[in-house]
Amino acid sequence: MYEHNGEKYFIMDSHLHFWDASPENWVKGQEQYAKGWIECFHAYQALGPPATHWSIEKFQKYSEEDFVSDVFEEGHVDVGVFESTYLKEWYTEGFNTTERNARLADKHPGKLITNGRWDPREGEAGLKQLEEDAKRYGLKGVKLYTAEWLNGSRGWTLEDPEAAPFLEKCQELGIVNIHVHKGPTIWPLDKDAFDPKDIDVAATSFPELNFIVEHVGLPRIEDFCFMATQEPNVYAGLSVVVGGLMHARPRFFANVMGELLFWVGEDKMLFGSDYGIWEPKWQVEGLVDWNYPDEDYSDYPACTTASKKKILGLNAAKLYGVDVPQEYRLPDEAGTPAAPEDAQLVEGAA
Amino acid sequence: MRAHVLDALGTVYDPELDEPITSLQFVTSCDVSADGDVDVRLRLPTPQCAPNFAYLMAADARNAVRRLPEVRDVTVVLEDHFTGDEINAAVGRGEAFAQAFPGETEGGLDALRELFHRKALVARQSRLCEALLAKGATPEEVTARRVADLPDEPDARRCLELRAHLGIAGHADAPAFVLPNGEPIAAADLRHWLRIARLVRLSLETNGGICRSLLRVRYDLADPEEVAA
Repeated sequence: MYEHNGEKYFIMDSHLHFWDASPENWVKGQEQYAKGWIECFHAYQALGPPATHWSIEKFQKYSEEDFVSDVFEEGHVDVGVFESTYLKEWYTEGFNTTERNARLADKHPGKLITNGRWDPREGEAGLKQLEEDAKRYGLKGVKLYTAEWLNGSRGWTLEDPEAAPFLEKCQELGIVNIHVHKGPTIWPLDKDAFDPKDIDVAATSFPELNFIVEHVGLPRIEDFCFMATQEPNVYAGLSVVVGGLMHARPRFFANVMGELLFWVGEDKMLFGSDYGIWEPKWQVEGLVDWNYPDEDYSDYPACTTASKKKILGLNAAKLYGVDVPQEYRLPDEAGTPAAPEDAQLVEGAA
Repeated sequence: MRAHVLDALGTVYDPELDEPITSLQFVTSCDVSADGDVDVRLRLPTPQCAPNFAYLMAADARNAVRRLPEVRDVTVVLEDHFTGDEINAAVGRGEAFAQAFPGETEGGLDALRELFHRKALVARQSRLCEALLAKGATPEEVTARRVADLPDEPDARRCLELRAHLGIAGHADAPAFVLPNGEPIAAADLRHWLRIARLVRLSLETNGGICRSLLRVRYDLADPEEVAA
């Protein structure tokens, strides 16, 4: 929890990692990719305040103690959601697997929710694995990374017919929160791999599932917003938005927040630190303190204390069924919907 | 002659950001030999930048330099990229994207390029429209403008280039502000169009900002001023 100016914030971090990208875990012959991946992440960390930068050695593999201190003790996080990223073509034991996350989560009961994963290219075996994982970890959510390489394939989309049985299985197993992260490659490579339209199709076909689009669809914020404003079950994951922009590009951050509040609305935005890329402490404190820099932004919806309480924890708590103590709740849970009038004009306009 | 080569590279745009690869600092080096052989090295903000856009920039750079009459041989090398080997081999042989990634594509990159030209046109037109509105023009006055009324400045010039790429008429009497299908924007729709266009522009500008930041960190470059969104 975080208390500021007499206001109490329940903090739910919807995007945490506990990875091992140390050289010992690099697949032989694939070292350049394993090294390139973690160095790219490390460059992102440099977009945060200098005092929060780590050495590449620590960044490759941080310890459990680092995690507990950075997330719970210093970072104000009450409950965190672990997102996995496998990348087994590059990392022998995987980059950040459900197993690895769950081992840490087990030591902190009630504090960490472990999300699973699936990949439609794994077919029947993948479906079976998902069932086992659901039982073993009590899954309420999964994280999907569409640019994962597998046996010569450089990615997939939620529109692929092979994905439907997995979404059906999620619905059947009560895995209701589908976090999606688009990456730079999908099949076919000549298409825009960041286009989120496949999520739109899935969200329409599976109205009981919640689709949390990580990094708000960056680098396609516009396509994401046009979709989210029309799909009640599509949510904005703020990881990278806060970490990558709030400090490094404050005016862009203000614009992005303004647009998200306008198109998506404060009830469908979820804070995520993307730890270990960025520590949650400065992000939580900065967001609570944040407002538009000047009157140039007067067109955008206000970001009130109530908006921040929702974004920082209450929205995610709802999706994950986390019981929030009374003192952190809002008196009136009714929200301000995003602009429906403009939403109707989106199709075909741009 | 090196100046000519650099000018030619300045006409190559990052298709996703609609900015020249030179101002984005994507050109690492450009060497010209006494015999007129040119060697261009390109770099991108991350090793994982999308292969399709990376290919377009490398191939466009090669074509732009090859068009110079005084140039003999051109080598363009994309450095530090996860599909650099495939892209460099294909670009060096003058091959299409599909040949760089056999079996991994369905068609060419024309549709992708066109999609981003459309986004870029929306973004740039919105900047011009907002400038006019800020100066007190009414929506009717803004949408009544013709191409001949456009100011001689970078956004307007680029709009006309983009219109040419998209096959949208750009003669002096054509409407200054158009939808992707070439129809003029109606005065009554301007506010809504701008609301949407502003978001498209923000997406492009934000991505450009992140790309600049990452490139700066990756190659230890000087910190540029934040571009106001």
